Amino acid sequence: MTNASSEEQSTVVGSALHLPVLGRLGGTVLDIVVGGLARLVDVPMRTLQRLIGERRMAYVFLLPNFAFFSLFVFAPLVINVVFSVTGGEALFLSDRPYVGAGQYRYLFDCGSYLDPASCREDHFWRGVANTLRFTAFQLVAMVAFSLTTAVVLNMRIRARGFFRAVYFFPVLLSPVVVALVWKWILQRDGLLNAGLTTLGGHKILYFVDPGWAMFWSVFVSVWAHMGFYTLILLAGLQAIPADLYEAAQMDATPRWRVFRRITLPLLWPSLVVVIVLALIRGVQTFDEVFVLTGGGPGTSTLMIVQYIYETAFASQVQNFGLAAAASVALGVVLFVLTLLQLAATRRRSAS
Amino acid sequence: MSRFLFLRARRHAGRWHWTDVAAYAYLALGVVLMFGPVAWLVLSSYKTQASLIEFPPSLLPVAQQETAVQGFAQPLPLFSATMDDGSHRVLAQARRIGLIAHMVDPGDPKQQVRVPVNKLAPVRRVALATENYTEPLQRFAFARYLSNSVFVTLVATLITLVINSMAAYALSIYEFRGKTTAMLMVIGTLMIPITIILVPAYLVIAKLGLVNSLWAVILPGAATPTGVFLLRQYMLTLPRDLVEAARMDKASEWQIYWRIVMPLATPALAVLAIFSIMWRWNEFLWPLAVLTKTESFTLQIGLNAFQGELQTQWNYLLAMTVVSLFPVAMVFVVLQRFIATGIANTGMK
Repeated sequence: MTNASSEEQSTVVGSALHLPVLGRLGGTVLDIVVGGLARLVDVPMRTLQRLIGERRMAYVFLLPNFAFFSLFVFAPLVINVVFSVTGGEALFLSDRPYVGAGQYRYLFDCGSYLDPASCREDHFWRGVANTLRFTAFQLVAMVAFSLTTAVVLNMRIRARGFFRAVYFFPVLLSPVVVALVWKWILQRDGLLNAGLTTLGGHKILYFVDPGWAMFWSVFVSVWAHMGFYTLILLAGLQAIPADLYEAAQMDATPRWRVFRRITLPLLWPSLVVVIVLALIRGVQTFDEVFVLTGGGPGTSTLMIVQYIYETAFASQVQNFGLAAAASVALGVVLFVLTLLQLAATRRRSAS
Repeated sequence: MSRFLFLRARRHAGRWHWTDVAAYAYLALGVVLMFGPVAWLVLSSYKTQASLIEFPPSLLPVAQQETAVQGFAQPLPLFSATMDDGSHRVLAQARRIGLIAHMVDPGDPKQQVRVPVNKLAPVRRVALATENYTEPLQRFAFARYLSNSVFVTLVATLITLVINSMAAYALSIYEFRGKTTAMLMVIGTLMIPITIILVPAYLVIAKLGLVNSLWAVILPGAATPTGVFLLRQYMLTLPRDLVEAARMDKASEWQIYWRIVMPLATPALAVLAIFSIMWRWNEFLWPLAVLTKTESFTLQIGLNAFQGELQTQWNYLLAMTVVSLFPVAMVFVVLQRFIATGIANTGMK
């Protein structure tokens, strides 16, 4: 369910996992809860092993996980494509008529792709336009803020652990909590408007003005996730050899030049990873924005994923075929981005 | 105290460089921006409905003080009145007619004073409206949402730990035909977010007859590629001799997995458990798609539905948001360092 780079996992284990207390506690709990079950399982497993041999037991151990993968990931991937070439309102495939590329044709039927209003499925294209805009703004803001924060946290700062935790903690909050916190602050009689009026300004209706709604969608998303990207950049910064900086200091190089000539080039691989991950995230954006604005005002913050969700589940006519076609299109975009991510991470681990 | 020592920090015991000042200013702003909103939420969750809709909002949860006065059935609100001679008196308001309030002295109810309304300021003190927390648990289905969320999180995490570690065990200890294919399939699933298989995954759940069941939330995410990876990488570091020795001693493969490899992998299992708990507790889109009946809602879906109602009862909503925040806050306080390093190294969240 997560998009993650897979390399360097072994280091996790070395650095992060010395949790003796938690380990012991978790071990005890596991032992009590599943221990009995495991003993029950042992007898049939032993019989099975006698039948198929020691080495083939590997398949037995793989089986449960792959059963889940097949049922909930591989099968849906295939079914999704089948869904997208059928029509009608029925959920089960046997009741759905084949329509060929009909759904795609409908989805992509546009007077001009630059103008969502000229499309037959204009909500989809508004979603595309909004998602692109959101992703672009979010990407710039995310890189700018997480890079600044990482650089600052990498300085000789007192209480660095504390500050790192400060920027990191929203990462753990659920999207619903994040959205509700900000909705509460940004509402008409909220904290921000109170501050504005005491400064002599007027109340702003943030969720009525489309521009503000998009601004806060980006802001809240950056607020919630920048800690994650900061961490990646911080790890990248700390991997830069210190003697390079010492040499620069001996030459009395100005700080700005040190940053441009040493920090930025050596941090570039991590930065690429951050950029690609932020892109992937941006394209998939749904929950925070949905809870914050509901896609509104009008359709000004409606994202592709919300379109898919609503087309399939929340509208009067549950148009599964159209939603599937839209998600196949989204999947293609994500696939390309993931290839980019793989190329980026490979280069990072190679360098 | 030591936390504030940084205020006197110097670079190389030398002078402050302007970048140091800028850095600390940036960090201070960061503390306000990052902690502020959540602190504001928690403070607001203890306000009464009346003080919630007040504008401008008060910082602390305050309520107007009331006092019982002899001769009046209801407790009367207390005000600080500015008298004609400029002195202040604390009086209770008996009734109000237009712009004139009829005030009584709480100590001596017979003494009545008429005071213009604009000379009155309410007497308030910090009061925590804890009913914001207790009432939604009784009156609305929040207790149900809460127990649903706990059930989903615990059961899903247990299943995830067991089946992921089994697969990781197979992929790290054995050599078998199709191992590379299996690894590739795991890597492949790493890149498939739920968003692009929403509709067909729903179909599978519907075929299994699980719509509106909590199992519909638990099962699809149980096999996580990240989990298999994390555990496999850890198990690869375990000495193979242990496994060989156990085989010599006629231990079954299941016993080796359960008695030897699993206990040794507890650190990695603990990290996966933390991540799984976070994922499950915070999950939104998938439960939103498969749960449509109120009694099967998880806390996140319940909160979203509650705020979508025509008139949001913010006092309840804020309190329940704080409840849903609580486990995550606890995890953060205790394990923040480990999670942070885990994320920095794996890029998983």
